[in-house]
Amino acid sequence: MAKQNEIKFLTSQKVEKRQKKYCRFKKMGIRYIDYKDGEFLKKFLNEQGRMLPRRITGNSLKFQRKVSQAIKKARQMALLPYVTDLLK
Amino acid sequence: MFLPDDGINDLKKIMATENNLQSYELMVIFTPVLAEEDYKSAQKKFADFIKENGGETVHHEVWGLRSLSYPIQKKTTGLYYVLEYQAPHDLNAKLEIQLNRNETIIRHMVTRLDKYALAYNIRKRNKNAAAVTAS
Repeated sequence: MAKQNEIKFLTSQKVEKRQKKYCRFKKMGIRYIDYKDGEFLKKFLNEQGRMLPRRITGNSLKFQRKVSQAIKKARQMALLPYVTDLLK
Repeated sequence: MFLPDDGINDLKKIMATENNLQSYELMVIFTPVLAEEDYKSAQKKFADFIKENGGETVHHEVWGLRSLSYPIQKKTTGLYYVLEYQAPHDLNAKLEIQLNRNETIIRHMVTRLDKYALAYNIRKRNKNAAAVTAS
């Protein structure tokens, strides 16, 4: 039987380390999230207009809360849709 | 010497001062069928209303006609207006009545601004002003 170190792969094995996610607000020093800026808030929505979870965006809890408040305000004022298809 | 009502007296003093104003931002959507003059006079009406009731308007933005993300009252477009102002605590209740009474308004929202929001708005305004002078 082939030993572990004798196994050869046709293509080199990829063992890349994924870059750690970070909170963009903390990194960029943004303190206030504007509900009037719909284009910016679209970064935190999926194609159906639902909010992306923290595990995907990497936001810290503090700023995820602020983002969610801003999105909900924008939705009330019809700057963002509640539900759609093909938002992006 | 520490008296138990020291804090209360301080609070009363703060409440009594005239310059105890809080910053707010009002966003209004008017119906799209509004004439240009009516749109302008409605803007002026709310700005004047705030001034009359002891508030101060800081800045106003006229966004004009924009399409809504979803229909409201079977309308797909609306005239947006944003007004930033400082006001005593009892003004918003009065303003709310005026806004509800006005039939040309299809939606409105008042947001309280914290210090970061104020800094953000001032920076945004300065940036816009610089862009206008540059062009």
